[in-house]
Amino acid sequence: MTNGVRAVDHEYGEHDPILPAPVDPALDQAPIAQETRLAMYQLQEEIRQVEKELHRLFLEGLVQGTSHLYLGMEATATAFGTALRPDDYTFATYRGHGHTLARGVPMKGVFGEMLGRSSGILGGKGGSMHLTSVEHGMLGSYAIIGAHLTIANGAAWSAKYRGTDQVAVAFFGDGTTNIGAFHEALNFAVVYDLPVIFVCENNLYMEYTAIGDITAVPNPAADRAAAYGLERIIVDGNDADAVYLEASRAIEKARAGGGPSLIESLTYRHGGHSRADPGKYRPQEEIDAWMERDPIATYHQRLLRLGVDEGTLTGISTDVARRVEEAVEHAKASPRPSLEASHTNVYADGGARWRN
Amino acid sequence: MAELSYRDAVARGIAQEMERDERVFLIGEDVAGAGGVFKATVGLLDQFGPGRVVDTPISEQAILGAAMGAAMTGLRPIAEIMFSDFFAVCWDIVVNEIAKARYMTDGQVDVPLVIRSANGGGARFGAQHSQSVENWAMAIPGLKVVAPSTPEDVIGLMAASVRDEDPVLFFEHKTLYSHKGEVPDGEIVDELGKAKVVRKGTDATIVALAMMVPRALEAAERLAEDGISAEVIDVRSLIPLDTATILGSVAKTSRLYTVEENPRVLGWGAEIASIVADEAFWDLDAPVRRITTPHIPLPSSAPLEDDTIPSVERIHREVKESMD
Ligand SMILES: Cc1ncc(C[n+]2csc(CCOP(=O)(O)OP(=O)(O)O)c2C)c(N)n1
Ligand SMILES: [Mg+2]
Repeated sequence: MTNGVRAVDHEYGEHDPILPAPVDPALDQAPIAQETRLAMYQLQEEIRQVEKELHRLFLEGLVQGTSHLYLGMEATATAFGTALRPDDYTFATYRGHGHTLARGVPMKGVFGEMLGRSSGILGGKGGSMHLTSVEHGMLGSYAIIGAHLTIANGAAWSAKYRGTDQVAVAFFGDGTTNIGAFHEALNFAVVYDLPVIFVCENNLYMEYTAIGDITAVPNPAADRAAAYGLERIIVDGNDADAVYLEASRAIEKARAGGGPSLIESLTYRHGGHSRADPGKYRPQEEIDAWMERDPIATYHQRLLRLGVDEGTLTGISTDVARRVEEAVEHAKASPRPSLEASHTNVYADGGARWRN
Repeated sequence: MAELSYRDAVARGIAQEMERDERVFLIGEDVAGAGGVFKATVGLLDQFGPGRVVDTPISEQAILGAAMGAAMTGLRPIAEIMFSDFFAVCWDIVVNEIAKARYMTDGQVDVPLVIRSANGGGARFGAQHSQSVENWAMAIPGLKVVAPSTPEDVIGLMAASVRDEDPVLFFEHKTLYSHKGEVPDGEIVDELGKAKVVRKGTDATIVALAMMVPRALEAAERLAEDGISAEVIDVRSLIPLDTATILGSVAKTSRLYTVEENPRVLGWGAEIASIVADEAFWDLDAPVRRITTPHIPLPSSAPLEDDTIPSVERIHREVKESMD
């Protein structure tokens, strides 16, 4: 800082690397059932393989528009998806493929949507950035930074008003902590003691800018928690068990009427921000260290240490690969939406009529 | 029948719906304890309690986001944006979220909510508290847009809005709050998308909205003294738009005037003029004439503000001159 004006003390892309923490060895002993762990392994594999396939399909020109991959960040959505109850609510961002799959939304509908087919879960009208499946509690993927934090509050409000014990979870990035809606949403949630959990997936970058260069505090979510009377929570976002424990604690608290939580989950993107971005603004040492701490590799090691045999894990991966292939074939074989679809569901009568 | 102010009609309309349906609740800044900055929600807190009538922080995005999330999950919120000018700080939630959720999810999501807001000028509040923004709302597919001009319509259209499955922006006119009108006893439920012929006439059709309706009626009274029989239509609902009533009237009178409080460019009357030009051109004996606020922000000082928003005198003059 000089003269009160923040000076960025480095060239673009040449900041000090931010390295991942080592795996916490105590997590091997975390009270998480073996079948839950195997389910989380499978879910992470599903998300990983779906995202990799989407990337391939994008390169083939079959996925159009933009897409924001969740590669490298799978543990957070997986752990929450596993800890939530089927009737709970998820609100995600444009980087929401993983959060959607983690609520049990079938791959076929996801691939259909990504390929712009009528078999897509949104009939081809939403696309990559808006995956939604109300019947799975996936209340939407939102592409304007910040808005969905306030909408998650509304779902939590509704749960409380109706006297259910459902909870709502909103996922968002580090960059999102700098928009007003984040701050409005947190204050609002605390004031009305809403059963909502705000999960900041801190992947160290907002688009192409290091979050530290544009944020007043080092931990963009956790360092703001105190301003709203909330606990400061940071979790290893590349370890599904670590996230699962925090998720379960926050969900239980919200369900029991204990109000909102704000969790900062530290993680990293394998690739760039979106389809076209090679992510070159990141120091190589940083990329290497985080690739080394990949959440799935980390989990694989843990499961082996806990006595699961390699064959079981390979079997899970192979099975996922088969299902991914089937889903892709299904999507490719699905028709494109009929042109009338553009004119449906603007209004509740199913149509687009605005005059008589 | 009883005489009721437009302001008290707001509270009565909301109470009617809250009594009927437990899913309806009201949130906004100062709406509960204080009864609203325009006193339009007085008594609701006492009647329905703090669980259903809720004061919020000054967080327009959080208010509308909460209303949306609640509407998506089975409730029927009424949210207040104190002055319609403040839509500018939460327009994302209205335009990108509320208006598009049903479409983008191909019908998976319902967003049955009402956002009520004090709209319009005439109160000397200056350019940030006087705008008529109904045309902003009208430009967004997925929203419904309502603006009543009488106490009875406030209640009936409020009921229709709350019962509608789509999001409705409900514009109350801040200068009409003190206006009084006869209101029938008992439940009142109206219909969206129905314009009202509020004065019958044969020589000219004057289409007006909200505060422009009483002004158009008074101008029509004066025109009658000049021997001109003007039909006045209260549009009431911009989306859905009752073009049938307007086209029917133009077929009869062959002349169309719109009286709009919004700044001129892309005001709601431009859309009506375009529809009439497309579909009723051969019915017309003269060009369509739009009587609007000029394309300027609103000034505060009384003579300036009165000179900008269409007045009775101006409506009377412009119609009369063009008919001579
Ligand atoms: C209001 C708004 N401003 C800017 C954008 C463009 N934008 C899309 S994603 C993004 C970066 C968000 O970063 P972060 O919150 O860290 O999420 P991440 O992409 O890293 O998951 C930006 C600036 C937007 N979508 N909405
Ligand atoms: Mg980020």
